Amino acid sequence: MAIVDRLGEKLDGGRGGSVILTSVDALLDYCRGKSLWAMPMGTACCAMELIAASFSKFDFDRHGTIPFFDPRHTDVMIVAGTITHKMAPVIKRLYEQMADPKWVIAMGNCAVSGGIFYYDTYSVVRGVDEILPVDVHIAGCPPRPESLQDGVLRLREIIATESIAPGHKRKGAFTLPRDAAEGDGE
Amino acid sequence: MGLDVESRRVVEVEEGGTVEELVVNVGPSHPSTHGVCRVIAHLDSEIVTKAEPVIGHLHRGIEKMAENRTYLQVVPLTDRLDYVGSMYANWAYCRAVERLASIRVPDRAEYLRVIVCEMQRIASHMMAIGSAGADSGAVTQFVYAFDQRERIIEHFEELCGARLTYNYVRPGGVSHDLPEGWIESLLAFCESHRKGLDMMDKLFFGNVIARGRMKGVGVLSAEEAVAWGASGPVARGSGVEWDLRKHDPYSVYPRLDFEVPIGSNGDCYDRGRVRLLECYESCSIIEQAIAQLEPGAIMADGVPRLLAPLPGDAYDHIESARGSLGVYLVSDGSPRPYRMKVRSPAFCNLALLPMLAEGHLLSDLVVILGSLDPVFGEVDR
Amino acid sequence: MKITDLRDHLCQVYPDLCPLFSIEFGDGVLAVPCGNLFDAASDLRDLGFDRLGMVTAVDQAEEFELVYRLQSRSMLAGIFLKCSVPRENPRVKSLVDLWPAALWQEREVFDLFGIVFDGHPDLRRIMLPEDWEGHPLRKDYRDERMIRRPDYI
Repeated sequence: MAIVDRLGEKLDGGRGGSVILTSVDALLDYCRGKSLWAMPMGTACCAMELIAASFSKFDFDRHGTIPFFDPRHTDVMIVAGTITHKMAPVIKRLYEQMADPKWVIAMGNCAVSGGIFYYDTYSVVRGVDEILPVDVHIAGCPPRPESLQDGVLRLREIIATESIAPGHKRKGAFTLPRDAAEGDGE
Repeated sequence: MGLDVESRRVVEVEEGGTVEELVVNVGPSHPSTHGVCRVIAHLDSEIVTKAEPVIGHLHRGIEKMAENRTYLQVVPLTDRLDYVGSMYANWAYCRAVERLASIRVPDRAEYLRVIVCEMQRIASHMMAIGSAGADSGAVTQFVYAFDQRERIIEHFEELCGARLTYNYVRPGGVSHDLPEGWIESLLAFCESHRKGLDMMDKLFFGNVIARGRMKGVGVLSAEEAVAWGASGPVARGSGVEWDLRKHDPYSVYPRLDFEVPIGSNGDCYDRGRVRLLECYESCSIIEQAIAQLEPGAIMADGVPRLLAPLPGDAYDHIESARGSLGVYLVSDGSPRPYRMKVRSPAFCNLALLPMLAEGHLLSDLVVILGSLDPVFGEVDR
Repeated sequence: MKITDLRDHLCQVYPDLCPLFSIEFGDGVLAVPCGNLFDAASDLRDLGFDRLGMVTAVDQAEEFELVYRLQSRSMLAGIFLKCSVPRENPRVKSLVDLWPAALWQEREVFDLFGIVFDGHPDLRRIMLPEDWEGHPLRKDYRDERMIRRPDYI
């Protein structure tokens, strides 16, 4: 658990008073991970589940993930659906318009590998991997909205290991020392 | 057409002289295009002078794929055609196969097909009515409509295990019989759904802003609707009495008593309201079908796994939520279709867009496109 | 209207079309030479077939078979109109003047089969990108990006 996750407890009774020491990486990763605005790149059937995930029954907003249709304001592109050779340049251009740091979730079998449209078809790109770097793959035809939410939580775990130093990956999220973490509650 | 369009063009006008035309590219990834449609709109100030839809961004070649799959293996592909109403494509395809292979479907299976397809009609229309709200700025309407849709999806999930791609209707019958307690919960839904429809009727179709946005916008005359091959709520909104359930009756629809709602003005409002009224009729059809449902087989006897119909061609069509959905199959006697063609209602309806949008505001283009209710899996195939 | 009544009606009004009419799988089929397609379609429209439901084609090795599905609201009946065009230089007269519904449907057939419709005002590719080569629904279409599905799956 990152230090920042227990910010409230630390501020209330910690030895440092209202001062807390952490690293820039941990703070940035915390903020990025908990407010992922999603660019819903829904092309086919999976887009329906993407919409369903944002609505009342599944309520995507509680994870801080809000679908927003402007690539320049979004952090993660959720590619939901089949990508054809006609659509691929559009997706690539929209991805290029997104500001760094940016991530891609491939939702559904079509975006993962072409899925049911792998064989015998002349117009389908076999997976969004062929045009974009994908961080999380979600299988299913289409995946349930819960799977999508799980995928976003997985992406958050990936984001927690990122560093602002180029080319550097952290082993995992910074954690409190074990005794300190457990001692706080007593 | 490349990705980039010229943003300004100088055109000559009839009266002499020139005006500058603004060219706006809408889509293919745009929240209001209901999928991956791209519309190149030529504007004179804010008035659309020419709207040119560019489709095919979801052309997956399903018709080509079907040529290398057995008849049964094509059914899952038809799910992905009209992904807002998967049951229809299943059914239309299976009817064509049954006609080709001379399979007689048991009564219970026919009733189950009618029940699921009327549920699907409600689910699909809820999507259309909801997005009509979202297109004209009333997002609340979308949330209410989606709530109703979600309840039907739950029933489907209980019935066949999938939320969206059901693969439920198979050549010869249906894949599963009803689970226990399903009928009671469906009847309870119909009851509550009518209240939901009443509320939406007042909240959205009675709303002065929604009426202002939709009344008199995108008017389609009855003659044009027929000539352009429009069907479904788009044709009926213009007063064309054309519903295959009544006018080319199939399955057990002749035994059911229902009305076909007809609009009069042919504008976006009438198209939307016809969909709402159809949902009431669908509830009534579901209740009648359940009352007439009798125990029996759900699959015809002796349908082989590897169907190989005699050489020939067959066409059959049903009334989907978007209009007449037809499937044309050609068999050469082998276990795989020689050719499959899907006659897509959404494709024909979408062809009306340039004509309907001309002379309206750019913001109305979105409302008009929404009122045609295209689903691009089916438009592009 | 029953299919036999439709045949009788057709034979009464247009005796020259009568020998071309046949019944397959419960559907009326009118097979005409492609040169007469427009006239036959025009006759059928005058007979009451006011809706053009479907335009498509089938690749029959030596030739393409064009299939039109017409629907009548007054007679509550449907009919197929078929004609065969040669594989080399396939051309046929467009039906856009009779039904504007043919506008997009003929574009689709042009795109996927490469059949040219004379008199069509806007004959461009509709489904595939404009720089696409070939017409994929032809049986002899080859594309290196296309993976053939093995028979054992």
